[in-house]
Amino acid sequence: MLDSTMIELSRWQFASTAMYHFIFVPLTLGMVWILFIMESVYVMTGRQIYQDMTKFWGKLFGINFALGVTTGLTMEFQFGTNWSYYSHYVGDVFGAPLAIEGLMAFFLESTFIGLFFLGWERLTKVQHLTVTFLMALGSNLSALWILIANGWMQNPVGAEFSYETMRMEMTSFTALLLNPVAQVKFVHTVAAGYVTASMFVLGISSYYMLKGRDLAFARRSFSVAAGFGLASILSVILLGDESGYEVGDVQKTKLAAMEAEWETEPAPAAFTLFGFPDNEAEETHGAVKVPYLLGLIATRSLDTQVTGLKDLMVEHERRIRSGMIAYDYLERLRGGHDTEANRAVFEDHKQDLGYGLLLKAYTADPSQATEAQIKQAAKASIPQVAPLFWSFRVMVAAGAWMLLLMVLGFYYNAKRVIEKKRWLLRLFLFSIPVPWIAVETGWFVAEFGRQPWAIGEVLPTAIAASSLTVTDLVVSLSAFGVVYSILFAIGIYLMFKFARLGPSSLHTGRYQHEQPLTAGTATLATQPQRRAD
Amino acid sequence: MIIDYETLKLLWWVLVGILFIGFAVTDGMDMGVGILLPFLGKKDIERRVIINTVGPHWDGNQVWLITAGGAIFAAWPLVYGAAFSGFYFAMLLALFGLFFRPVGFDYRSKIEDPRWRNGWDWGLFIGGLVPALIFGVAFGNLLQGVPFHLDTLLRPYYTGSFFALLNPFALLAGLVNVAMLAMHGAIWLQLRTAEPISTRAKGAAKTWGLVTIVAFGLAGVWLVFDIEGYRVISMPALDAQPNPLTKQVVREAGAWLGNYQAYPLTLAFPVLGFLGLGLALILSSLDRPGLGLILSGLGITGVIMTAGATMFPFIMPSSTNPNSSLIVWDAVSSHLTLTIMFWAAVVFVPIIIGYTTWTYAKMWRRVTVEEIKAQEHLAY
Repeated sequence: MLDSTMIELSRWQFASTAMYHFIFVPLTLGMVWILFIMESVYVMTGRQIYQDMTKFWGKLFGINFALGVTTGLTMEFQFGTNWSYYSHYVGDVFGAPLAIEGLMAFFLESTFIGLFFLGWERLTKVQHLTVTFLMALGSNLSALWILIANGWMQNPVGAEFSYETMRMEMTSFTALLLNPVAQVKFVHTVAAGYVTASMFVLGISSYYMLKGRDLAFARRSFSVAAGFGLASILSVILLGDESGYEVGDVQKTKLAAMEAEWETEPAPAAFTLFGFPDNEAEETHGAVKVPYLLGLIATRSLDTQVTGLKDLMVEHERRIRSGMIAYDYLERLRGGHDTEANRAVFEDHKQDLGYGLLLKAYTADPSQATEAQIKQAAKASIPQVAPLFWSFRVMVAAGAWMLLLMVLGFYYNAKRVIEKKRWLLRLFLFSIPVPWIAVETGWFVAEFGRQPWAIGEVLPTAIAASSLTVTDLVVSLSAFGVVYSILFAIGIYLMFKFARLGPSSLHTGRYQHEQPLTAGTATLATQPQRRAD
Repeated sequence: MIIDYETLKLLWWVLVGILFIGFAVTDGMDMGVGILLPFLGKKDIERRVIINTVGPHWDGNQVWLITAGGAIFAAWPLVYGAAFSGFYFAMLLALFGLFFRPVGFDYRSKIEDPRWRNGWDWGLFIGGLVPALIFGVAFGNLLQGVPFHLDTLLRPYYTGSFFALLNPFALLAGLVNVAMLAMHGAIWLQLRTAEPISTRAKGAAKTWGLVTIVAFGLAGVWLVFDIEGYRVISMPALDAQPNPLTKQVVREAGAWLGNYQAYPLTLAFPVLGFLGLGLALILSSLDRPGLGLILSGLGITGVIMTAGATMFPFIMPSSTNPNSSLIVWDAVSSHLTLTIMFWAAVVFVPIIIGYTTWTYAKMWRRVTVEEIKAQEHLAY
């Protein structure tokens, strides 16, 4: 049995490094398209300001991208270093999309990003635009493959357990690709990235307009992001609803937990707007409910029930008992008693093997688990409800807030009066962190809501970890804490510095800080440099 | 087209080798440049020249490493799990070393403060040195066998310590890798920079080339006379369902020479290593760095293939429980996964090589001090 503190720390390490990585990913996913739009306008109209926009927003994008690559490396290493049993147990299925991501997408993105930054002088306009497009395509394809992998963790289709190799093996690559969870997740996630980038550009452009500087630059940037952002937030919300529907279909426990649905209600179920869910008492204190709404969202019908957590736990307990038999016969099969009869019993209970493995958190031999351990495992077969319930609501509220801002921003921008709406510009500026709140809480719901599973109903988190010690984890987690904090401070410092400098950081002589004393400041800025040489 | 399981298992060993070679020849070169950066660039502007020779390419090149990791995850899941978790702190050290590169390249020249820039230059140095050293050390440990075993449910347990990884032979293997990549990076700089950096680079290529050849030779002698190898005595059919617990393995002196005795043609790999490195060294000193770079790439290929051929079919031998060793035939993924991944690699690797070549062609020139001055705010 693995040390439970070690597992807990492994989870903290994975969760914190993954959520940290996802600070940078959504901005990348969206910025690449905003840059592509800006550069397309430049190539089509030949107007210099659009090239300056591409270069300046590209600079901010670069600061973000560097940290995205840095923290992405950790994700690649960490499955092996900290989740070695997971790697063995599902590498046959889960590894494939990751490797294809490298071959098809990440190579494309990373190879062309170098030319995006450094190829301006050596490429023709159309070549450079093509480079920008391939970089954008690469980063978004990358998200596709990662979300196919992640979708499979949520809903492991197209694979089967093999007792001979003691792991999940792929049976259908097409099923893996067409996994409905992966499809909706992909569109929801990339659209959320587009919203993040739009809010980022809108917020910073608002800052310039509030300061009354670089107006032509800020207005055009605002316009690009307002259109792109409105389309994106609408997609996020529509596809988020689609995502809710898929979750209701294949991840009943997650749905019931994020909605704090303890009892199975007569259809259509009520939606709990607010309340204080309590896993111990198995109820939600002070719940405020809206009749019918949950049933409508989750099942899109008036007569399909949404199964409540209590009933799910009963169902899980049944499957745990069946899983104990599966585990028992698995041991026989692997212990040299590979007989027809043993195989037949194992096959009958195989689909519950994962549930049997849940008992590994309490006993070395699940086939001999006590009644108390079975009850304990069943009780722990649902995630902690309160954090999910609240994160989900924070995400939805953040989304609704951004929808409102985007609609107003788009409207006033279309009427060409956005500069006069200083209150709205201020709201945009101060709402820059909001998309990050939304994406982080959204991912929290997706992954925390999967617990206690690493792979839904197949592999419990508690046995997926590597055989490490608490000391190993304390050391590595502290190291990540220190290094990531330093990197964050550096990244934020540069981001603020360059956002404040604005397009003057390009040193074209065309922008704020450069104009009043054009010749003079330019000389001053370069003189110390020359002397140093 | 259906390829049989046995052939695919072998092809995947070749493909992982190709990914390693791709990594060493491209990103390894960038790491070598990082290692040399603080020494060959005496002034800030010279360091910028050096950085900008690899600036547009290092990020794409690094994906060879990432894809190699992903491919091992997909094709050899047990190796990925056992090696990464067993070498826990070593892997994290390599990872933290790699952290310095993306931020180092992008952030270094964004601020003019000399302390800031100098700090990142040493960061790029660490980002080249530490991963190169660790990957070499890892190979050095694989050649000696790793203290780990598998339980009946195939969970790997590592029973060694971090410091046990830093044994003399492994450190020598680490030196081979560091020196080899430094030489490769030096020849690249000789080719892509102007005076005075190119002359300094030529000197560095000579030093590190000699170190590589001597260290590689020494490691070979040590391996022949003092490192016990591993040999499979019995195992299921080559196309059987992979199960690493169904074979018998012995550890014995001279076992690592078995492949060379059975298939003398494999001796071509160490020969390619020595010849490639030696000719690269000569061409560099004759001021022919273009050809020299190709030869040093071939030399690196030879060195990596030597390590692979020596151990074949072993990937990760176990020193404490040899039967738990992971080999090409039993640490692999299913037939279907290997098939899909194989075709993905066959389709995409040539495409990747194609567009990577295009980017090198577009950016091809000697980077000069004048150019960097002219592009002060655009260049790295």
